Amino acid sequence: MLIPGNAEGRLLRLQAPISLWGGIDPVSGAVIDPRHPDYGVSISGAVLALPGAVGSSSSSAVMLELLREGTAPAAILMARADAILAIGIFVSVELGYSMCPVLEVELSALDGTPQGTLLRVTSEGRVIRL
Amino acid sequence: MTLHLTTEERALLAGDHGEAVSLAMRILVSAAELLGAQALVRITSAHIDGCLYHGDGGVEFAEKLVATGGRVVVPTTLNVGALDLLHPDTVRADPSKLAMARRQMDAYVSMGAEPTFTCAPYQIGHQPAFGEQVAWGESNAIAFANSVLGARTERYGDFLDACCALAGRAPLHGLHIEQNRQATVVVDTTNVPDALKGQDVFYPVLGSWLGLEVGREVSVIIGLPSTVSRDQLKALGASAASTGAVALFHVVGVTPEAPSLDAVVSKTQSVDRIKLTADMVKGALKRLSTTNTVERIDAVAVGSPHFSITEFEVLLTLVRGRHMAIPFYACTARATLQELEVRGDLLQLQEAGVEIVTDTCVVVTPILRESEGVLMTNSGKFAHYAPSNTGYEVVYGSLEDCVESAATGLVARTEAIWSW
Repeated sequence: MLIPGNAEGRLLRLQAPISLWGGIDPVSGAVIDPRHPDYGVSISGAVLALPGAVGSSSSSAVMLELLREGTAPAAILMARADAILAIGIFVSVELGYSMCPVLEVELSALDGTPQGTLLRVTSEGRVIRL
Repeated sequence: MTLHLTTEERALLAGDHGEAVSLAMRILVSAAELLGAQALVRITSAHIDGCLYHGDGGVEFAEKLVATGGRVVVPTTLNVGALDLLHPDTVRADPSKLAMARRQMDAYVSMGAEPTFTCAPYQIGHQPAFGEQVAWGESNAIAFANSVLGARTERYGDFLDACCALAGRAPLHGLHIEQNRQATVVVDTTNVPDALKGQDVFYPVLGSWLGLEVGREVSVIIGLPSTVSRDQLKALGASAASTGAVALFHVVGVTPEAPSLDAVVSKTQSVDRIKLTADMVKGALKRLSTTNTVERIDAVAVGSPHFSITEFEVLLTLVRGRHMAIPFYACTARATLQELEVRGDLLQLQEAGVEIVTDTCVVVTPILRESEGVLMTNSGKFAHYAPSNTGYEVVYGSLEDCVESAATGLVARTEAIWSW
């Protein structure tokens, strides 16, 4: 468990790694990189399974803006800690905005879970199918 | 594995030295714990990416640090902001956003950071020495500092870079530690013709492929000529850090940690070996352009990372005596602009229709005149980010191609170099 918290949302498993900066619109939460296979999809409110965070170090700032705007994912699941995303969340908490739990999960564990499945993430670090 | 803090660090965290550094330490400690660091490491410089406006949260954070007495405690440079402070008409955004962007840049300057406003501080005299521990933000600068200079930084994003600068420390993890700097991927470029490897246009393509292929792994490239230039390495790293999370690559016989393959390849982890083929290179080249069918372009942008003085020398020889038919933007540091003025080159560039953008660049803030169109560039990083950040289609080509195309507004690209 990287950043503990409780959350609920529908599973959105991105098909490729993404840079939040240049990849996600910080106001709407939509994927704006036309080269990304999930172009146009919104990550807002989802339990977001991220195959990797790449690219710009400005992604912390986009994470903060998503939390400030209320368009962040409900929770993030990823295989390896990514400090750039996490920092945006820590700063959001310092400034009194919302947070977004981040769990360390091998994404292959989600292979049997269809896209859109309603999931609950618990502060103990469990992912439960609802 | 727990994080050990010194007595001094505990005092900083507790607020004995003010609220700003205490806040910085809280974030630093959270990050260090998340990353599994067992200690913090003292740094000798910081490069802050956080002065670029992405929304009001970034302004609020910076101004909170200022209001609570925040000061940088190590030499600190600033990345691009969202404004060209020297050419105020360059950026086209509504006045309220421009005002917030200005506040964000000003906040970091008032904390004692140097107003360099460049993504390439390493080419205006800010070069950490081999082995120095630093905390740098901005993906291309991180790749350059680690790979080309042999300094040691992890990938520091917005906010954490500022926290490191205020605390003078960074989490001791990842690339700060020698053993993590060894390569787990060997890329063999011996199949690529020497003629292609001698061209600048090859390096963003190689970088773009590398980032997609290796993600965040440390790679070592063999088979590149020992004459590969700093500008070429800069372009390679910037491109690799756009498509992947590349923070360090080695080039055998060129970069300082790789006098030989043996010196840098991991002895403890499994190592992937990849022979670069023509198909891989052509695939990466194709991917850098979002369209390969257009005949007309609307603008050219170069200088991501910011143009160096040596890149301007080449540009000058290409544009001298000609006039660009469409907008031609060259993004650079204000320090480099000053050098152009001293040399007397600025006027010649302007007469040819080259518009110099300083302190910022065309993909981080609205500069292009229309909301859509076709942009041509020689930068792998511009090619990667322009479609999402500007709405423009992108055509990738060499600097020579960019100038030829801008002179008429019609795409002119030399394709022969890619055939083998």
